[in-house]
Amino acid sequence: MQFYRAHVLICGGTGCVSSKSHELKAEMEKELKALGIDNEVQIVMTGCFGLCEAGPIVIVYPEGTFYSQVKIKDAKRIVTEHLYKGRIVKDLLYYESIQQDKIKAVNEVDFYAKQKRIALANCGVIDPENIDEYIALDGYQALIKVLTQMKPEDVIEEIKLSELRGRGGAGFPTGLKWDIASQYKDDMKYVCCNADEGDPGAFMDRSILEGTPHSVLEAMAIAGYATGAKKGYIYVRAEYPIAVKRLQIAIKQAKEYGLLGEDIFDTNFSFDIEIRLGAGAFVCGEETALIESIEGKRGMPRTKPPFPAEKGIWGKPTLLNNVETFANIPLIILKGGEWFSKIGIEGSKGTKVFALGGKIKNTGLVEVPMGMTLREVIYDIGGGCPNGKEFKAVQTGGPSGGCLTKEHLDTPIGYDNLVKLGSMMGSGGMIIMDEDTCMVDIARYFLDFTCEESCGKCTPCREGTKRLKELLDRFCTGKGTFEDLDRLESLAYYIQDNSLCNLGQSAPNPVISTLTHFRDEYLAHVVDRRCPTGVCKALLQYTITDKCIGCGSCAKVCPQECIEPVGKVINEKTNRRAYVIDHTKCIKCGACIEACPPKVSAIITQ
Amino acid sequence: MNKVKVKINEQFVEIDHHLTILEAAKELNIDIPTFCHDERLNPTGSCRMCVVEVEGARNLMTACSTQVRDGMVVKTHSTPVIEARKGILELMWANHPNECLTCEKAGNCKLQDYSYQYDIDPDSLYPRLDSRKYFDDTNRFYTLDSRKCILCGKCVQICAELQVNGAIGFEDRGIDTRISIKQNEEPTDGVIDPYTCVSCGNCVNNCPVGALMPKSKEKFRNWEVKKVKTTCPYCGVGCQFELVVKDNKVVRVDPVKGGTNDGLLCVKGTFGYKFINHPDRLTHPLIRKNGEFVKVSWDEALDLIVEKIKETKDKYGANALAGLSSAKCSNEENYLMQKLVRAGFGTNNVDHCARLCHASTVAGLATTLGSGAMTNSISEIDGTDTFLVIGSNTTETHPVIGSMIKQRVKKGAHLIVCDPRQIELAKMADVHLQIKPGTNVAIANGLMHVIYQEGLYDIDYIDKNTTCFKDLIEVIKDYTPARVAKICGVSENDIIKAARLYAKVNKAAIYYAMGITQHSHGTNHVKSMANLALMTGNVGKESTGINPLRGQNNVQGACDLGALPNVYPGYQAVTDVNIQKKFEEAWGVKLSNEVGHTLPIMMNDASNQDIRLMYIMGENPMVSDPDTNHIKKALTNLDFLVVQDIFLTKTAELADVILPAVTYAEKDGTFTNTERRVQRIRKAVEPQSDTRPDWEILTDVMKRLGLKADYKTVEDVFNEITSLTPIYAGFDYQRLNENGMQWPCPSNDHPGTKFLYSDGFTKLGKAIFTPIHFMGPKENPDHDYPLILTTGRTLYHFHTKTMTDRVEALKQTLPNNFIQISLNTAKQYQINHNEFVLVSSRRGTSKAKVQITDTINDGVVFMPFHFADGANMLTNPALDEICNIPELKVCAVKIEKC
Repeated sequence: MQFYRAHVLICGGTGCVSSKSHELKAEMEKELKALGIDNEVQIVMTGCFGLCEAGPIVIVYPEGTFYSQVKIKDAKRIVTEHLYKGRIVKDLLYYESIQQDKIKAVNEVDFYAKQKRIALANCGVIDPENIDEYIALDGYQALIKVLTQMKPEDVIEEIKLSELRGRGGAGFPTGLKWDIASQYKDDMKYVCCNADEGDPGAFMDRSILEGTPHSVLEAMAIAGYATGAKKGYIYVRAEYPIAVKRLQIAIKQAKEYGLLGEDIFDTNFSFDIEIRLGAGAFVCGEETALIESIEGKRGMPRTKPPFPAEKGIWGKPTLLNNVETFANIPLIILKGGEWFSKIGIEGSKGTKVFALGGKIKNTGLVEVPMGMTLREVIYDIGGGCPNGKEFKAVQTGGPSGGCLTKEHLDTPIGYDNLVKLGSMMGSGGMIIMDEDTCMVDIARYFLDFTCEESCGKCTPCREGTKRLKELLDRFCTGKGTFEDLDRLESLAYYIQDNSLCNLGQSAPNPVISTLTHFRDEYLAHVVDRRCPTGVCKALLQYTITDKCIGCGSCAKVCPQECIEPVGKVINEKTNRRAYVIDHTKCIKCGACIEACPPKVSAIITQ
Repeated sequence: MNKVKVKINEQFVEIDHHLTILEAAKELNIDIPTFCHDERLNPTGSCRMCVVEVEGARNLMTACSTQVRDGMVVKTHSTPVIEARKGILELMWANHPNECLTCEKAGNCKLQDYSYQYDIDPDSLYPRLDSRKYFDDTNRFYTLDSRKCILCGKCVQICAELQVNGAIGFEDRGIDTRISIKQNEEPTDGVIDPYTCVSCGNCVNNCPVGALMPKSKEKFRNWEVKKVKTTCPYCGVGCQFELVVKDNKVVRVDPVKGGTNDGLLCVKGTFGYKFINHPDRLTHPLIRKNGEFVKVSWDEALDLIVEKIKETKDKYGANALAGLSSAKCSNEENYLMQKLVRAGFGTNNVDHCARLCHASTVAGLATTLGSGAMTNSISEIDGTDTFLVIGSNTTETHPVIGSMIKQRVKKGAHLIVCDPRQIELAKMADVHLQIKPGTNVAIANGLMHVIYQEGLYDIDYIDKNTTCFKDLIEVIKDYTPARVAKICGVSENDIIKAARLYAKVNKAAIYYAMGITQHSHGTNHVKSMANLALMTGNVGKESTGINPLRGQNNVQGACDLGALPNVYPGYQAVTDVNIQKKFEEAWGVKLSNEVGHTLPIMMNDASNQDIRLMYIMGENPMVSDPDTNHIKKALTNLDFLVVQDIFLTKTAELADVILPAVTYAEKDGTFTNTERRVQRIRKAVEPQSDTRPDWEILTDVMKRLGLKADYKTVEDVFNEITSLTPIYAGFDYQRLNENGMQWPCPSNDHPGTKFLYSDGFTKLGKAIFTPIHFMGPKENPDHDYPLILTTGRTLYHFHTKTMTDRVEALKQTLPNNFIQISLNTAKQYQINHNEFVLVSSRRGTSKAKVQITDTINDGVVFMPFHFADGANMLTNPALDEICNIPELKVCAVKIEKC
């Protein structure tokens, strides 16, 4: 094995790859070679570091120097200054280091300090395309332990002990699920990994697959052993090309090492894994729709029961878990269920990965112990809303989750707590909204998504979500009435109660939670025909103030010819009058504002 | 089975634990509304109309998919339930055109009915949407108006789960979701593409709203019609349906659930009724005068016939007369025809087209097992583990049975297809043995060889039930897979694989048709099938057997009722003195004990003028029989030809007297389907013009001949049949009324027989193995005629097209005679796809459109036999010595450019 004096880790997650981290790596390698130190420094493409906001991220070990937003042109400086001459390039450091004028290692910055990494433990640490690196960090030890020292029921017992719950959204106790799946006997059984991460904004599953694909493979094999399945499917969306590629590499390597395939470790346990690509339908994240899709059919949910544990893929008993759930398994086996259950709070153990997005400073992926408050996640880790704006709400659980407000910020995060507040854990999306966000518009935005993604099978979801969206459109365009408000509310509950699958049942959540917490905003849209945040363009009113000098520039450009000098007299002598906009004709194109001389700025929107 | 107790709306019901709330409610006659539910389909719970309140459940539950639990308390019409249903209806209604005023479905529309029941405001609660603006007009038989679709998905499921074609799917998603059907817009030329609509209409028949509608020019309202349940007049499946009648005109066909076909139909059953009212129908008796057909009165026509019968009989003797009965006519009419010939003409020269299809089955199975009919029943398909479908293009010739086999295979049963073409079933088969036409005995011997070598035969069964097994072994030992592979042109491994698939399962069933029977050694082919089944103990058990699929609606019945030259009704030999005596007493005349001539021999007799007068009822030998030129010569040679039919067929054109009969829709009676089930047909419309039911005409002729024939109704005829026919003895119209009954049924307390030989081979004592060596067809390709022609039926036409040609959409779907040919063979003759070519054999020439396909082997060509001047210009009239079936399936031909 070769030794290097320095290791450079470059993030190879989707976010950083799209900001050209591959080219950056090539450039640095070129520079290293030019200086003749390419055998002293190793560059490793890792999985996601999580702080996508700061990408592309480069970390130099042994000291852990944390460079952020590194451009290709910066490669030469890092190589010649830092790696050759040993001088840190200060202006490329993460902003905290620059602000505080203190060189901080990656684990010292605020974003990482409060995190606890189990599922993401290997992400940004190892080269995901090299099985040896995973093995060096105890990879596949859990599988060996399970196969050589534990009976299937012991494994299930250990998972039960950990109190791990499904990380895909519904939070079903994983140990119990494994237990049920193990009860059904059949000639063929399956383990399936749900990697159809559909929530826009959530990308923890992708990061895990990209950063530590072997964790998932190892966990699936363990699950296969525990439940008596010989074959696994990973259903991953085709939009995740890097994840797919790394999974393919990982499966190939694992098979070469005999960690997958026939008679693993010469025990008579065999397990094989096949990848199935999804085509990007949100509903395929629903387990029964996912199964239909694996079978080559149109992804539409089936009625339950029977549950997949009894009749899943090809009608055979199937254990279905989400990527993040699987990613927790190896460590639970190695460190014990009890260790895991000590993290977190009652009912919600271990950690959870959240994808922070929206109006927040540190956009990215964070893994925190269950029970941390929303405030800690949003402010201490996320850095709060940018540009000094005030926090207004946070949508947890993706498009089918719910909005929570300031009052809820001190709620410890947990499955049951979130549900109690009318939201949910979901897959861990966390979209932060600031004072400029219109909650009616937000509800409409999410409904637009679910309406579009409804599979069309059951009537309430197919027809109902469309009607919800129509009603929300009415509010956002100032046409909403009190009657509409009542209908919106009753239809939302109707869809929740009557839809076939979880997509439809949860689709109205954004409406229900905004109606609960921000009813006044709806009322403003109805009663005052006003959008308090000014987001709903149709509700804006253009008004010419007293500042008007009567120059008439606005009237000249008005396509509607709805601005006329009929206001109060400005100049008695000339009888010049101020201009007035006829609101019944105004189309709110904004041309008048553009035309009004900047010094005057007489036209405002309300 | 576990019973559970459930309380629904304060009533208690005890039912099986695997049933659903919907089924439990049905027990109590509680009606729960549904759109997407159909008891034949897997519940999808998609429409959400059937929701009910279940005590303790968080939400309302769908009754269609929720299984009952012990102690369950259900409310089916509580306020929340009603509100939920109203919600569904309001959402549906708001996205459905408000066109009930002119919609053809009105009165039969679930959306309309439920909207009325649940007081839905016709002014939609939501703004009217029209999100599915899609109209599919491409199919010749039906239209899809997506605007009216409520997306219950039943059509998708029916096509996938029942018809097993998978031609219908959902397209797009969310509010834009719509139904989409893969249509075949071109005339099919006999090709059935996978996943393409075959126009069976099963989706149309089950659409709860007006989205899928038959194309029809008839204007009628659903409350103006009457419905009459009857039996389909096409193939031998015997599907049950209702004729929907308005103003003495059939305007639609609705399938009947629960019976033989359990609600399934094929394209001909659903849409092939328009011939009934076709203007081409014969309307008056016609007599040829100076070469022209002239309308005459019934009296004049019948008097002439009777005069000619008497004259011919006096001049040339009784054997110069012959009658051809009809597999399309009812049991009663076949009975009367053979009675007319036997008692009126005084000869046993009566036969019918079974001679051309299953004569070898009757001969082959009766002598080895005891009865020449399907051993098992259609409903037993659902229990079979392995199917051997040999010489039957089931999905085209018996489409509903084809679908049932596909359903079973989809559930996991094995399928072996043995056919010279890659037919639709071959595409889902475990093994397709694409044998050279005419090599059935070799392949059967090969399979038996493997079964014997591998010890997969059922020795206990053989010892107990059969004789001559040792003789069989002597023969099959020479048929090694290697040798058979060479004879048949298939791979050794496939033979071995097929043998194991057939022999290793518990219940294996053979289904066969003309590919087995229409050969010069047809009887031996049939006996080979019997050998194979007996060797593995697959006779006399449920879901197994040897199942000859009968081609015509009543070909089984025509045989049963003695329209055969050697037997009286019920397969009672004409040579048996006691039987003869019984019939002489019953009919009051002396009868001949001389076996009559079979159809092909009659034709020879006619061309030799040994037969002078022929009475043909509902048959068209000018198209259906081999070697058309020979048939034409025979028929024109006759002194007097009577043809009784519904249209002016090619045969009728040669007649001296034509009698206009009525269709199945205009008369009462019974048909016996392929599974020996005697089913009622019922008069739905009054006979048109001056037409009369065949049974009335025959009765009239008999009376004029001085025979006793006091039948007031057709039921009187049936009662006479049961008194003389032991296998039918236990039937009467009352007992047959609901779902028909299967023979043998010896007494009126006998339930009928689902499968034969359950208590052994009582007729023969033991079943008989017949060792048979492979012998090839009579005519093989040579230098002058280098290609092998094989023939068959297609989905869109029936036999000689007498009926299907009068259904415009069917005619358009398959307008031309065609010839299927492999790419290599086409190249060899430099002919192109869709080009017309001349195909010739030693007997004649036919024109056909070329269809190049990969479903047929090099050197083999296929032509349908429906077309006049088509395949039967070419076919070989060489006969099977035992049963006189001609070798319609194999002859040598050549192809030339037009």
